[in-house]
Amino acid sequence: MTGSRLTAVDRATIAVPLAWMLALLAVPLVFVALLSVHGVADAIPPIAPLFGRTDGHWTLHATLRAFSLMAGDVLYRAAFVSALINAALTMIGCVAIGFPIALAIAQAPRSRRNGYLFLAVLPFWTSFLLRAYAWIGLIRDSGPINAALMSLGWIDHPVPMLFTPAAVWLVMVYSYLPFFVLPMYAVLEALPAELLAAAADLGARPAYAFRTVTLPLALPGLISGAVLVFIPAVGEYVIPELVGNSSTIMIGGILWDEFFQNRDWPLAAAIAMATFLLLIVPSFLLRRWIGPLGATQR
Amino acid sequence: MTGNSSAILVLKDVSKAFGGMPVLQHVDLEVPRGSIVSLLGASGSGKTTLLQIIAGLQEPDGGKLSIDGRDMQGVPAFARPVNMMFQSYALFPHLTVRGNVEYGLKARGVDRHERQRLVAWALQLARIEEFAGRRPDQLSGGQRQRVALARCLVMKPAILLLDEPMAALDRGLRAQVQRELISIQRAVGTTFIVVTHDQEEALAMSDHIAVMDRGQIVQFGEPRALYERPRSRFVASVLGNINLFDGSAEALGPCRALFRTSEGLEFVINHEVDLQLATIDAAGFRPERLVVSADPAGVANELPGTVEQVTYGGKLTRATIRIAGGRMLDATLVNVRGSTGACLTAGDAVHVGFPADAAVVLTE
Repeated sequence: MTGSRLTAVDRATIAVPLAWMLALLAVPLVFVALLSVHGVADAIPPIAPLFGRTDGHWTLHATLRAFSLMAGDVLYRAAFVSALINAALTMIGCVAIGFPIALAIAQAPRSRRNGYLFLAVLPFWTSFLLRAYAWIGLIRDSGPINAALMSLGWIDHPVPMLFTPAAVWLVMVYSYLPFFVLPMYAVLEALPAELLAAAADLGARPAYAFRTVTLPLALPGLISGAVLVFIPAVGEYVIPELVGNSSTIMIGGILWDEFFQNRDWPLAAAIAMATFLLLIVPSFLLRRWIGPLGATQR
Repeated sequence: MTGNSSAILVLKDVSKAFGGMPVLQHVDLEVPRGSIVSLLGASGSGKTTLLQIIAGLQEPDGGKLSIDGRDMQGVPAFARPVNMMFQSYALFPHLTVRGNVEYGLKARGVDRHERQRLVAWALQLARIEEFAGRRPDQLSGGQRQRVALARCLVMKPAILLLDEPMAALDRGLRAQVQRELISIQRAVGTTFIVVTHDQEEALAMSDHIAVMDRGQIVQFGEPRALYERPRSRFVASVLGNINLFDGSAEALGPCRALFRTSEGLEFVINHEVDLQLATIDAAGFRPERLVVSADPAGVANELPGTVEQVTYGGKLTRATIRIAGGRMLDATLVNVRGSTGACLTAGDAVHVGFPADAAVVLTE
């Protein structure tokens, strides 16, 4: 890239993703933001018009009703906190399981890596719902796990696993694992093998080399992968609904209920906006933090 | 070649095969303490494998390897008194220059005061003190090489292995970096073993060169000896261009012989006193030793020829000359004042002299 002048072709090339982002990201976001300041009405759609004409004057009927409702009810705060905790636990689980997987694949002989990667991603070729139901079958009271434990005589009664926070965690870690493994693998695979050879040559034992070379160089990738898991996990709705219980109500479920059950579209939109802001601010801070770290990778 | 106490590295009958393919065959080598020895060969000659065996990154299938009198069998790479400077330098990108140089000392658990002393010494030796706080991506190629060198030398190895040390550098930088490398080596006295495929680099840097071909060391010696008195056609052409003639020799007088080429040309040549004439089966003349002139110059073995092609290169002119029988010769002329080289053009009729003392006689 010499100079900062863009040719017509450059502009046209950039215009395509720009238009895409505008249409599918910016426009819906503005839409949701506008929706959140509407009032409710017994109508179809169930919102009061934002502008009204009374006595020949245009009046703005924007209201912060939805936001004050959200701020005033402890349920929403609890649901936010529970969603954040659940997402954080999911992230930790994905890092703890996914990092060794990514490392093992990256250190496998070059000819086998793609095969292993394929195997790691293979389950995700079937429908997500199907896999969630498979988990329900496995961990329910009459499922094979409880049956096996009972036949071994280790337990007398089935251990309740389904419809617990642990079940939510298990299925979420399982579902989000590839989102961590793939970027983590890409970073680990790109680390020059010579760096570890050099560390060994300088007298570093494998554990020391891992701590002083592999880990610091993989950290930006690890953080990116963790964020990639954390952000969608916060808004996750389906898994807590399928395998969780009333104590695992999270913000995604609340949003769904407000929209479809209570038909309070502005409140649902306000919850969406709050979630968005809750995630975007730390993401920006994180970017600034790992930016310079990531730059040393070249 | 045994029991030489001045040798820091002794290899005896070292062999290695990968999947049934022999990569090293019965390699014997003695590296004198404090010298620079090059392993020169094309890719696939086994030079890199030999380097890895010395470093302990590969185990030989057979043979013995000792460093400083100590048998190295079963000694893992990290425990050998050997360090390697990688072709890419393999500097740690997330550490500063100081962090890189300090790395090995920290890994070995050297205490802080000793570490600081050694790092200061190595930084000064490699003249990289002023960059100590920078990261590798803020350095030039030559500076990076010096960091890699300091990172190894701070460990005070008995032997430093250098894998293609100039490969990552721009061509124009190499001559200067070679001189710096040699002066650092002379200052610390560490034995350097350099792997290279570049014959000019090997000639310029080494005290001794081991020429490798298909898993064997085909000749070991000082650069001058290898260039002037190679034993085989292979060694003769690896170290530089040469005009080779197959043929045989018969005695003419003391240290003087008549070499008759298979094309029927005859050259009077001088040879070493202990040479068995019957073993000679080829003779060669380096391009820069040929005497090319418009009129006969009065040297021995002059033949008329025609200039076919001229490449003018400033200080040198390279010419291709056809002699009787259609044989093409490479000649290199130094363009000093009043010399022929600067005036040579294609089609010129010339005389090519083959000085008797310029003949390289080959027995293999």
